[in-house]
Amino acid sequence: MAAPIALHLEFGGGAELLFGGVKDHQVTLPSQSQPWDMKRLLVWIRANMLKERPELFVQGHTVRPGILVLINDADWELMGELTYELQDQDNVVFISTLHGG
Amino acid sequence: MCQVDEEYNDQLEKRTVPTVSQRCVKCKEGIAVLIIRAGDAFCRGCFKEYFVHKFRAMLGKNRVIFPGEKVLLAMSGGAASSSMMSQVQEGLSRDAPKKLRFIPGIIYIDEGGACGQSLEERERVIAQLEPIFRATGYPFHIVHLEQIFDLPSSVLEAVSSAPERPEGSYKAAVDQFLHNSKVKNSCLPREGNQGPTVCDAQVQISCLAIKDTPNGTPALVVRHGQDLERLFASVNTLTAKEDMLQTLRQHLIVHTARTKGYSKVMMGDSCSRLAVKLLSNISLGRGASLATDTGFSDPRYGDVVILRPMRDYSSKEIAFYNKMFRVSSVFIPGLDTKALDKASIQLLTESFVTKLQADFPSTVSTIYRTSEKLHTACPAHDSDSEPTAKCLLCVCALDTKVEEASAFHATLVSEKLSQKRVPESPLVWSAVTADVTGQCCSSGGEREGGCGTGGGGCCTSSTTPVTPDMKSLLCYSCRLTIKDMTAVDSLPRYIVSEAERRKRRYQMKQEISEFLLDEEEDEEETS
Repeated sequence: MAAPIALHLEFGGGAELLFGGVKDHQVTLPSQSQPWDMKRLLVWIRANMLKERPELFVQGHTVRPGILVLINDADWELMGELTYELQDQDNVVFISTLHGG
Repeated sequence: MCQVDEEYNDQLEKRTVPTVSQRCVKCKEGIAVLIIRAGDAFCRGCFKEYFVHKFRAMLGKNRVIFPGEKVLLAMSGGAASSSMMSQVQEGLSRDAPKKLRFIPGIIYIDEGGACGQSLEERERVIAQLEPIFRATGYPFHIVHLEQIFDLPSSVLEAVSSAPERPEGSYKAAVDQFLHNSKVKNSCLPREGNQGPTVCDAQVQISCLAIKDTPNGTPALVVRHGQDLERLFASVNTLTAKEDMLQTLRQHLIVHTARTKGYSKVMMGDSCSRLAVKLLSNISLGRGASLATDTGFSDPRYGDVVILRPMRDYSSKEIAFYNKMFRVSSVFIPGLDTKALDKASIQLLTESFVTKLQADFPSTVSTIYRTSEKLHTACPAHDSDSEPTAKCLLCVCALDTKVEEASAFHATLVSEKLSQKRVPESPLVWSAVTADVTGQCCSSGGEREGGCGTGGGGCCTSSTTPVTPDMKSLLCYSCRLTIKDMTAVDSLPRYIVSEAERRKRRYQMKQEISEFLLDEEEDEEETS
């Protein structure tokens, strides 16, 4: 059983356009039976936050290639990518490196 | 390689990371914060060093920027060019021997008019950029894309480059420069490079420039806003639009560089970007000019050389650097923002490369290494008398003067054959000249009753000098772009008038050609 956790999400490089042009988001993930990992976070973002064109942000189970993910200012490739278990007060940043965002 | 999967309770520099932590491949101490290349983990400190060194190494290796030279930084506001600007700042701020020794200026091209942004949006973007530029203390130029309608046609000419400096001269120039700066240290600042007084002056110049802009801007934008809209509305595909925008932007940058006395322009193309550009340019039929389009230095304009000092960085490195070291950049939506993958060749290539890169991390570097090995087959200035013919739009050497047995001719033949259905249709290209002279060839023919049917030679040899239509002045790829336009007459004046001028010259040359000694024959005779 995982308690609700608060996260700071940040979108940049044009990715913010898909979230109503807002870069910083303070969100609280609801309590659920399994622990929150990145994979579930992406599903949650897709369902609750994405304002338009979800395929420009999430493709398959993961983020669209070309969008970088930083967890607490470190490359998510070092943290186990989708399997990283989110902690309370984690800082997750999504930066699009694609041309035109 | 590195100590992978080592478990430890770190108290080194960051909050504890609950998962496996990797250490930096370089110092073997710091906690890795990012993976670059194929699996090399770097810590924050080593990454910064690596990043900064790479920029200086790139400039040091190529030795093209001479001390005291004026260099224009082409800023789009995006991550790569902002990062480039921060590297230039970093390089110029260093102490004596390792310092970069050129004089930078900044240019930003406001393309909002072509991308359908409202005036308020564009003003907001500029308001965001201005403080960033101002903070550098370099002079900056904010130019609106609408200005292409006021450009002189001389932009399209490749000025023969300044006399080639011999190999050894770089060192001599550096020594000379150092000597001069030592001598003049207390006296008047030479070449406006050192001393706080000069810096102040630069800021002042930029302030003046800003003051000018708001007054001039609306008038210019209002005057030519519609022209610009019309121009881009007449381009059918996003592929051609992007290509056109790129061409016009380049013209504007080169023009600004020339008028303000800059001899080098730095572009912020990253290697991820260049890999995409390389592949998409091949698909666009620009294979012949790949070397100039993607290489470190691009001498196509002659007197203004375009440099791409960021071509060693991947977009990931740039994004991480900017994030970690707080390099501010402004995201400005462009033509391709929120477009579908398949909306244009460029976007499709980008999505192809990034998707491949996700699974095969060496994709970008492999493509990019290929681009490094490319060279233009025939150097631009092999003979002093007659410069090789250049494309009207992209100013690259024309790739259309090839022998009969070539893919290019095969394309032309099949194009001709498939167009046979429309008998005697006047060339679309003649519309360019027709519009300027106020008489369309085909409509004129209808009025006279029988241009197309009776007098077969009307279209080619009568009042309007159409003979070598605009097509013959363009390289293969630019022909395709122009082909996607419905109204070629919406092109800015400088392009149209330059096209006319070249056509007239060509015609005149044809007329007097019989009386001229053939250069090659001449050479053969003398030798």
